[in-house]
Amino acid sequence: MSIYTMPQPIAARRSFLGRSGLLLSGTAVALLAGNEALAAKTSGESHNDVQILNTALGAEFEAIAAYQLGAESKLLEKPVLDLALTFQGHHKAHAELLSNAIAKLGGKAVMAKDTYNFPVNQLKVQADVLKFAAQLEQGAVSAYLGAVPLFGSRDLAKAAASILGDEAMHLAILRQALGEVPVPSAFMS
Amino acid sequence: MRRLMLAGALMCCVASPAGAAPEAIRGEQVYTRCVACHAPAYDRVGPHHCGVFGRRAGSVAGFDYSPAMKKSRIVWNEKTLDRFLTKPLKMVPGSKMTYDGVADRKDRADLIAYLKHLDETPECGELGPQKR
Repeated sequence: MSIYTMPQPIAARRSFLGRSGLLLSGTAVALLAGNEALAAKTSGESHNDVQILNTALGAEFEAIAAYQLGAESKLLEKPVLDLALTFQGHHKAHAELLSNAIAKLGGKAVMAKDTYNFPVNQLKVQADVLKFAAQLEQGAVSAYLGAVPLFGSRDLAKAAASILGDEAMHLAILRQALGEVPVPSAFMS
Repeated sequence: MRRLMLAGALMCCVASPAGAAPEAIRGEQVYTRCVACHAPAYDRVGPHHCGVFGRRAGSVAGFDYSPAMKKSRIVWNEKTLDRFLTKPLKMVPGSKMTYDGVADRKDRADLIAYLKHLDETPECGELGPQKR
């Protein structure tokens, strides 16, 4: 049954949450599938692109860890917990895409750190976790916005813009959950 | 009312410039662009910003800088930060800060004012001068 025809909105959302990770994983693969042009760039361009991708990958690994912290904090209640895990799944898909792109360019992908510094002592209620996540997502949107024009490969710029769009949606939903205006302006910076 | 309660509960995670000049307060908003990678008091994808004024680039102990940043011989002040933030990779080609820059001059000035004010915040004060 389509989520658009489900009688219960909650059931529809659960169905969507359950499937969206798989859909994104497929999309991530499709974004770069068969894109041999990536390897044809000059070595200088490729080196720069690998650095951009690795910086983004480092941030994605941190976002995955941050959502894990939120999920394990026992501060998140359903359906917010489900939402956090879905967003974490998106960041895993982003990391997969970035790692694949780095490999295609002949680069070495950074690894996730064993530990991350998070302001754990400042996370006391669900809203603190949501605010923390929203700050990271807002920063991520700005970071991708600042990275897109730097790519030598337009295909990689397109992939990064695709991730940017997803993280902007995360931000809007987190802001909505916090009772803030979900989309406060026409442009991001 | 609910919004007010949430706002009060959520003044976390970014050092608030209480008592700061207006430009530093505006700079805190600009700083939201940086928080994918940076935090005032601890290292993330990028190094922490407490104590950045007067610090030699590439010198935070334990942080994995690019060779380009370590060799840059930059000392961070208003002038060098303004140049770097305008086009990071133009000033330090090979930097890991793969960010196109803060194009607006006033945004940069406000951001630099915020960074300068950071050391007066409790978050940076708790680090102590040795760890900044």
